[in-house]
Amino acid sequence: MPMRTDIHTVLVLGSGPIVIGQAGEFDYSGTQACTALREDGYRVVLVNSNPASIMTDPQVADRTYVEPLDAEAVEAIIARERPDALLPTLGGQTALNLAVELDREGVLARHGVELIGADAAAIHRAEDRDAFRSCMAAAGLQTPPSRIVTDLSQGSAAAEELGFPLILRPGFTLGGEGGGVALGADDLDERLLAALDASPIRQVLVERSVIGWGEFELEVMRDGADNAIVVCSIENIDPMGVHTGDSVTVAPAMSLSDDELQRMRDAALAVIRAVGVSTGGANVQFALNRDTGELYVIEMNPRVSRSSALASKATGYPIAKIAARLALGGTLDELANEITGVTPASFEPALDYVAVKVPRFAFEKLPNAHAELTTHMKSVGEVLALGRTFGEAMGKALAGRELDVAPREPASVADALERLRTPAWDRFDVMLWALGAGASAAEVSDASGVHPWFCGELAALAAERARVAGPLDALGAGELLRARRAGLTDRDLAAATGTDEIAVGRRRRALGVRPTYHAVDTCAGEFAAQTTYYYAAFESEGELRRDDRPALVVLGSGPNRIGQGVEFDYCCVHAARAARELGHAAVMVNCNPETVSTDHGVSDRLYLEPLTLDAVLDICEAERPLGLITQLGGQTPLRLAAPLVAEGVPVLGTPPEAIDLAEDRGRFGALLDRLGLRAPRWAVAAEPGDALAAADEVGYPVLVRPSYVLGGRAMAVCEGPEELRAYLRREAPRGPLLVDRFVEGAIELDVDALSDGTSCWTAAVMEHIEAAGIHSGDSACVLPPQEAPARLVDELREQTAALAAGLGVIGLMNVQFAVRDGDVYVIEANPRASRTVPFVAKATGVPLVRHAVRLMLGEPLEALGLPARTPERQVAVKEAVLPFGRFPGEDPVLGPEMRATGESMGIGPTFAAAFAKAQRGAGQALPQAGVAFLSARDPDKARMAGVARRLAGAGMDLVATAGTAAALAAEGLDVASVAKVSEGSPHVVDLIAGGGVDLVVNTPSGPGARPDGALIRRAAVRASIPCITTIEAAEVAAVAIASGREGAAPVALQDLAEGPSSLSEIGDGRP
Amino acid sequence: MSPATVATATVALEDGLVLEARSVGAHGTALGEAVFTTGMSGYQEAVTDPSYAEQVLCFAAPMIGNYGAGPSCDESPRAWPRAVVMARAGDGPGAAGPEGWCAWLRRHGVVAVDDVDTRRLVRHLREGGAMRGGVSTELGPEELLAAVRAHPTLDGRDIASAAAGPARRLGQDGPRVVAIDCGMKESIARSLAGAGCRLEVVPAGITAGEVLALGPDGIFVSNGPGDPAAVAAVIATVRGVLGEVPLFGICLGHQLLGHALGLATERLPFGHRGSNHPVRRAEDGAVEITVQNHGYAVDAARLPDGVEITHTSLFDGSVEGLRAPELRASSVQYHPEARPGPRDAGYLFRSFVGELA
Ligand SMILES: Nc1ncnc2c1ncn2[C@@H]1O[C@H](COP(=O)(O)OP(=O)(O)O)[C@@H](O)[C@H]1O
Ligand SMILES: Nc1ncnc2c1ncn2[C@@H]1O[C@H](COP(=O)(O)OP(=O)(O)O)[C@@H](O)[C@H]1O
Ligand SMILES: [Mg+2]
Ligand SMILES: [Mg+2]
Repeated sequence: MPMRTDIHTVLVLGSGPIVIGQAGEFDYSGTQACTALREDGYRVVLVNSNPASIMTDPQVADRTYVEPLDAEAVEAIIARERPDALLPTLGGQTALNLAVELDREGVLARHGVELIGADAAAIHRAEDRDAFRSCMAAAGLQTPPSRIVTDLSQGSAAAEELGFPLILRPGFTLGGEGGGVALGADDLDERLLAALDASPIRQVLVERSVIGWGEFELEVMRDGADNAIVVCSIENIDPMGVHTGDSVTVAPAMSLSDDELQRMRDAALAVIRAVGVSTGGANVQFALNRDTGELYVIEMNPRVSRSSALASKATGYPIAKIAARLALGGTLDELANEITGVTPASFEPALDYVAVKVPRFAFEKLPNAHAELTTHMKSVGEVLALGRTFGEAMGKALAGRELDVAPREPASVADALERLRTPAWDRFDVMLWALGAGASAAEVSDASGVHPWFCGELAALAAERARVAGPLDALGAGELLRARRAGLTDRDLAAATGTDEIAVGRRRRALGVRPTYHAVDTCAGEFAAQTTYYYAAFESEGELRRDDRPALVVLGSGPNRIGQGVEFDYCCVHAARAARELGHAAVMVNCNPETVSTDHGVSDRLYLEPLTLDAVLDICEAERPLGLITQLGGQTPLRLAAPLVAEGVPVLGTPPEAIDLAEDRGRFGALLDRLGLRAPRWAVAAEPGDALAAADEVGYPVLVRPSYVLGGRAMAVCEGPEELRAYLRREAPRGPLLVDRFVEGAIELDVDALSDGTSCWTAAVMEHIEAAGIHSGDSACVLPPQEAPARLVDELREQTAALAAGLGVIGLMNVQFAVRDGDVYVIEANPRASRTVPFVAKATGVPLVRHAVRLMLGEPLEALGLPARTPERQVAVKEAVLPFGRFPGEDPVLGPEMRATGESMGIGPTFAAAFAKAQRGAGQALPQAGVAFLSARDPDKARMAGVARRLAGAGMDLVATAGTAAALAAEGLDVASVAKVSEGSPHVVDLIAGGGVDLVVNTPSGPGARPDGALIRRAAVRASIPCITTIEAAEVAAVAIASGREGAAPVALQDLAEGPSSLSEIGDGRP
Repeated sequence: MSPATVATATVALEDGLVLEARSVGAHGTALGEAVFTTGMSGYQEAVTDPSYAEQVLCFAAPMIGNYGAGPSCDESPRAWPRAVVMARAGDGPGAAGPEGWCAWLRRHGVVAVDDVDTRRLVRHLREGGAMRGGVSTELGPEELLAAVRAHPTLDGRDIASAAAGPARRLGQDGPRVVAIDCGMKESIARSLAGAGCRLEVVPAGITAGEVLALGPDGIFVSNGPGDPAAVAAVIATVRGVLGEVPLFGICLGHQLLGHALGLATERLPFGHRGSNHPVRRAEDGAVEITVQNHGYAVDAARLPDGVEITHTSLFDGSVEGLRAPELRASSVQYHPEARPGPRDAGYLFRSFVGELA
């Protein structure tokens, strides 16, 4: 079947901002799909509100809309672009749900758009838990006994029938959102309510628990001619009960007999046929009772998924690309396996290595969140590692996590085994510890529920660790080789020998123990691989193929985590592209399977390896690169820069010396003094005990944080000694503390700039919407600045240039400023690419990373031909997306510690319009009418009156608790009063929970000050209504609400380039 | 020479490649044709498949033996490869049974090694083509190489006739099928019987007259090891029964049908062994993912009248299925009985038996 010629334009939906359960994997799949479709001659129109993605680069699609993923925006885009077909299966659950809505609302029919990839009926059969169950029964497949429940009373009836524990699985959600386990009658109602709320159709499957059974996933593909294949089997080492996204998984399945595997394969193919996914990929999940052989189908996702991205990286089979082509009529046997070049895509990859995925969590940032792993996903990123044995892959994957906080060491074997009974983020570390401390594999398996085979392999790893304990020079080549093959990294060897990674690496290499690099070839060596996708092992013969172009090695950013997400992947991918354009071989190193950078088509050679010193040094030895780029992958490669230089690796651009200069308080302070720049007053408390004295020295309020942490961990603002003491009690920090004078009520600005070491070019000055004190990653920002006068912007440019020269930055740099009453304070300077680079590149059209690479290669700034000033285009707003919905225990208030997982972008002719779009893009659309609940801390009350007046003017009804109500009434506003929680029901939380509020504005006053506030904010998050927690954001929101849909027309990035600047309208947004 | 962690054995190929290894099976020296399979599951099914007779079998999948061993995975009562080469062999209990895999190999007297750079071995065979190899726990590299080079190749030798099992009957009802056993996998017998026939399995060596004397409604020719061209007796038998009743062949059986129809067989560069081979069905263009295990293929350069190619490999275009409609004979090169591997083609048994009813 040839590709369809009746389709000319294809609309592709992305997945929006990164959230837990939906991360960069959809950037990978979407980018692949767009690229493939354009290669095939289709015109591609893309919608995605996430600016940090590669897919929203204007080169990837013909028409790129960084617009909200809602029916309104997409209909407007359809009306303008007139696509023939909509491909919704590559943008995760978001795209799928939106496609269903567009179909249901008649939008597709109205505009004659055909849904391809999966039709509405198939999506319904897969996503509607009830329809799925019946569909499986009709196909003769088993699902766990269950009842469909749409209200609480049905819940208790179901419980009666099925017995506890019960699994609650809301329909049409992602990452198990809102789902959970009800252990007994007492927690059923609360959990069921949360589950009902999470489902867009208020439907929950209440199911008998099969916790502890084996969990498996099969990645299936099917074409329009009904050819179907299984690309990969994935075994979840964590058994049923832990979400697949939170489980350590391995491919191919390790512990299944052929008979079990083939039964599952047959069932998976039956599922995709029964559901009726006619073209494309799907993920089918199974539960297997290993004793009885019972096999249950748990669910199927009729789209590419996190697991399919993983399977693509684990096997080399490009599922998304193939799925896109299948949707347009291609068949598996017509499409080529591009890795071999000589065989078709209609085959099942054979692996001669083991792929292990380990999730990365961020509980240290969410201290009130339940850290137990359960059926809804809590991890924020993942590492994939390949090895010739399970141990080798597992050892690498664990090392690739780059933990900021070490797992707590168990007190005893008994303590360890007890901890293993509850799944937790560090359970594999605890297992290894217990096995090393004398627990048997059987005991560990009993306690953790992990299959004995895996426990046996972990025991071997632990035994190997014990075997090498002792002096390093006692280990000869044979021992080192054996240890590395078993899965120990140089860092493990350093720990076992009381040395460091560098010493181990030096000895190992001196003894000739070096990794060999092997191709990921989809065929276990049967055909010669054309692509150059590699992993390291310790075998006898490598197969690296290089050419004579000088190599530029780009170090990626490792697993996604809060503070380091796809925006850095964007930078790395662009660097690879630039390197190729400049005639070099682009070499990528990364271990994050959810990325575009680990798509082997992006670079000339891809190494799927952890970003650890030993792995990178080995790669450098094999590559002998012209240079190494460490400034684009966030903190991960930056941390490696200094040791790499010390080992003689040619790190390009800003020297590590500058990094130290920027990060060392004393040295940085001295630099600022020398440059005549100002920082907020600061002091270092050598020990926590000295913090009070330090605070007295700089003056309250202070911002405190431990000096060793990154990404604003354990940061707090303290108004006085009482709060500081409370902080010290709460955080019990160890080691030195940084104490800064907190600049209150200041506006914060972020600058991204390019420098060649002497001159500097400012790419963008971004003004934060929230005041300084809210982490730059969590605050919204606007480009160009709205409030800062031109004089100030110039001043910031100059200060940035002085800092760039002072630090000796070559490449990208980011500086954060706080400005109050005309006084400029430097908060920090990061001599690396920042989170905002993709946003700035999209807003301004300047290819920042490409320029940075040229600078790093030694070109002077003036050679880049940059304009004197960044071109002014429309107003662009970036909004942060926070994970609070997933952690109901957390107070959704912003602070100096970053907690956002993703971001959205809004582009419009005015600040208000761009802001409103960014809010919609972030999934927190501002209401157009309805009820606003307002509550302000005292200092904000006056400004809140302005907000209230504007909202009332826009036709919204106002509600407030007594204090705010009185203050607003005194301003002549019409405000209804509602009781505080402490005053008893019916109170404000009841009102919110009952759907009586459409917008919450609640500005908090310091930690613990008003428990009511936290309850209100949490209620808002639970009710999924926008909750604004700063007065600045409230002011902009009020203007945006008042201006309605003015300026909401979609904007294609391709039209922006020459677009008129709308400077005249800037500023109009401010109250 | 590649270093092994604990070198207690040696692997050698006739072209001089020598790899250190660790002995995990029986002791001794084993010589044969070196082949690799890319199948990722079903190690015991593979090793008990008589088609691996006189071969040194290398598993490309890195971890073999993860789920133990047990009788339910047997395709015949014994192990057939002379030696088994693995990257890493497990020895614990598991889904297949309580016996460890290495223990099973020892019990069956199979010379087996692990800790081998199997990827290198596979790539070597891919580039160098089929060649002889050996594994030894006793000989040094030079001696082993000499032994390997002195060992006869498979070409021109009939080893199928000796691979047959005893005569036996399966199935209660339905048409009578006589299966000529050239080293038949047990699951072929079970699949045929399961498709609803009375199956009489007779060892290779039987003449056409003897087969027809059994009054069959259909005749089946099984898989088996070695060079098909050398299995002259069975080719003669097949020629003798052709056209009398419907006939179906698998693997070696397919090649023997080819010879009986006047086609030749040729050696493939390094064979097809694995569970992921796509095959296109000429009839409707559908693709089946098939299980394969063969080193020779039917040469279809000149196709006699009345013979059609029904299936083609999408890996290398080689012949995967034949049919002579007038003679009511058909065959496939691959293994519809699976075990190990995907079961996409299982319908072939039903259609063959269905034709007889
Ligand atoms: N009946 C059940 N018993 C035990 N665990 C279950 C059951 N159903 C689902 N789970 C667990 O919950 C997780 C999430 O369920 P799933 O339906 O896959 O949600 P999602 O759509 O978010 O992937 C699964 O990965 C599995 O571990
Ligand atoms: N002295 C200060 N006064 C006011 N706000 C500050 C001060 N120092 C830091 N902040 C706020 O804290 C946030 C995080 O601090 P920063 O030093 O940038 O940490 P990180 O390294 O995590 O980016 C900043 O974005 C800013 O809003
Ligand atoms: Mg799932
Ligand atoms: Mg910062």
